[in-house]
Amino acid sequence: METCKPFIFCTERRLVRLTGRKARSLAELVRHMREVSGASIFFHTHHHYLSHHFERPVVFNDFAIWVSRALLQRALAERLAAVDLLEFTTIRQLRERFIALIEEHLASSEDVDLRAPKGEEFHFCESQSFIMPTGIVAADAREFFERLPHLTTISLFYHFFGARLRLGRATNDFSAWLAEIGEGGLARKIDALNPYVMTLDQMKMKLIRMGRSRRRLQDADRAG
Amino acid sequence: MQIALADYEAVVGLDVLEELRVIAERVRGRRLQNINSTAVGGGVAEILTRVVPLLRELGVEASWDVMKGDDAFFNVTKEFHNALHGKPGKLSEEMLDAYRATTEMNLRMMNLGDDVIVIHDPQPAGLIAAKDRAGRRWIWRCHIDVSTPDPSVWEFLRPQVERYDAAVFSMPEFAQSLPIPQYMVAPSIDPLSDKNRDLDETTVRAVIESHGIDPRRPVVTQVSRFDRLKDPLGVIAAYRLVKRRIDCQLVLAGGAATDDPEGQQVLDEVRERAGQDKDIHVLLLPPFSDLEINALVRGSTIVMQKSIKEGFGLTVSEALWKKKPVVAGAVGGIKLQVIDGTTGFLVHSPEGAARRLIELLEDAKLRRRMGENGYRHMRQNFLLTRHVKDIMLLMLAVEHPEESIVQLG
Repeated sequence: METCKPFIFCTERRLVRLTGRKARSLAELVRHMREVSGASIFFHTHHHYLSHHFERPVVFNDFAIWVSRALLQRALAERLAAVDLLEFTTIRQLRERFIALIEEHLASSEDVDLRAPKGEEFHFCESQSFIMPTGIVAADAREFFERLPHLTTISLFYHFFGARLRLGRATNDFSAWLAEIGEGGLARKIDALNPYVMTLDQMKMKLIRMGRSRRRLQDADRAG
Repeated sequence: MQIALADYEAVVGLDVLEELRVIAERVRGRRLQNINSTAVGGGVAEILTRVVPLLRELGVEASWDVMKGDDAFFNVTKEFHNALHGKPGKLSEEMLDAYRATTEMNLRMMNLGDDVIVIHDPQPAGLIAAKDRAGRRWIWRCHIDVSTPDPSVWEFLRPQVERYDAAVFSMPEFAQSLPIPQYMVAPSIDPLSDKNRDLDETTVRAVIESHGIDPRRPVVTQVSRFDRLKDPLGVIAAYRLVKRRIDCQLVLAGGAATDDPEGQQVLDEVRERAGQDKDIHVLLLPPFSDLEINALVRGSTIVMQKSIKEGFGLTVSEALWKKKPVVAGAVGGIKLQVIDGTTGFLVHSPEGAARRLIELLEDAKLRRRMGENGYRHMRQNFLLTRHVKDIMLLMLAVEHPEESIVQLG
């Protein structure tokens, strides 16, 4: 196994930026969705994963939540909530999918002029992220799994969600590195996890268990 | 007694403190001068009292100065305050002159730093006039609800605000149309303050019993000043609907409203509505009753905050931190804290509140689950340590206004 390139665990600290843009209707929402930064689309589809990790996510994108609560458009909300974020590797694609769903609804619905009550507007935010190394480094797969329990959920978020969508990588950082050092099997196993249907804590536990079963197999191999 | 950073470890965990230290490495030795208009009283002074020593302990050379002003000046800024809250204001030229004169005087007298300067609220906002000679970065931190500001006052302030390098608001709803970056830094509670720190059961019980509340029967509590916007009569209406099914008690606890002439009137109405019901406890608490309020919340089964309008609603944070499920009005910052069905329930009417109260009173497991969720939500998002983190990030953010992802090697 190669050990040429160590994995440097990074972490992300975020500040919420306010854009000053707000929408009261679906038409306004779509107009802003076209114009806001990719960081804003990422924020509204991902920030819940970071800020609440006590329960399994149900609906974790702001667009769906707003359409359901402020506009009471349940069917559209459900479709927006059902967008499979794992399908996308760029924010551009993700943005277009949301816009397409809303426009489709506007074209077929009779309630296109619905406006949110005053005070219930959709406020566009975005995050500014500060990426820094945690000081935790792994030289090989064994070390990688040994270090995992020390990792914060924020760090996990960065390597899983941020890497794929914001930095446009095809997979999460862990899988990319493992594949590079010749651990293709592990890389595929991690890539098969769906981070959007579990909390970050659950995700971390799954990865730790993966490491444990890998070690058991290796120990058994050695003993055998 | 000075509270040290290490004291927070027991409540927030080592990882949170480690996170602060990692960020602090990036801003160590930098100067951060805070300027506001009052040394004691009010939320801003309370925040700075706690935050400045913690920042210093982390290696940031944080300081805090208070601007000087006479009555005329503070009358004008009170007018500003009300107008920014949405009350139609009328500013005469004379008032604006008083504001400008005080700003000028402070510009001459104050020792302004050469690094990051944070100006809190509208009173000292005019100090930005010194931008060319002091401060490398200027941040305007607005702590008040400016979701619907009176246009005349906002238009007076706007040209000054636009000269800052960044503006900071407490909620997304408060964002303005401005050419400078705007950030959100949510309010926070201090888990070690008297209002929030852990209390032993004996103390809690003693306080509860001292008010004639029966600790063996469920207690529903709302802590807030007696103000129509907090809908105390709606709370009583909800309690009455619950009482038909479940034998419970209601506590309405709040401070005396000294600067609000309507306060007394609302209190009278509340007392009248409560009537002879021995299970409704209307408690008018003196100032500095923090420990007592803490005990009352800890001794409660459910906490309510049935507000009709709300800025942020820190009483909700305080209850959730104590693992109490909260039934609250779906308004303002409450919506950031009460995640409907997860940390409590959001309601729109006394009837809705009553239904949720019954649901919770009947189900101890649900109460425990929501209480635990609320506590975690607070720990993650609304504690003082997060506030300190945001301030340090803000110091970094103003150095990189154009980048959405900043790589710090």
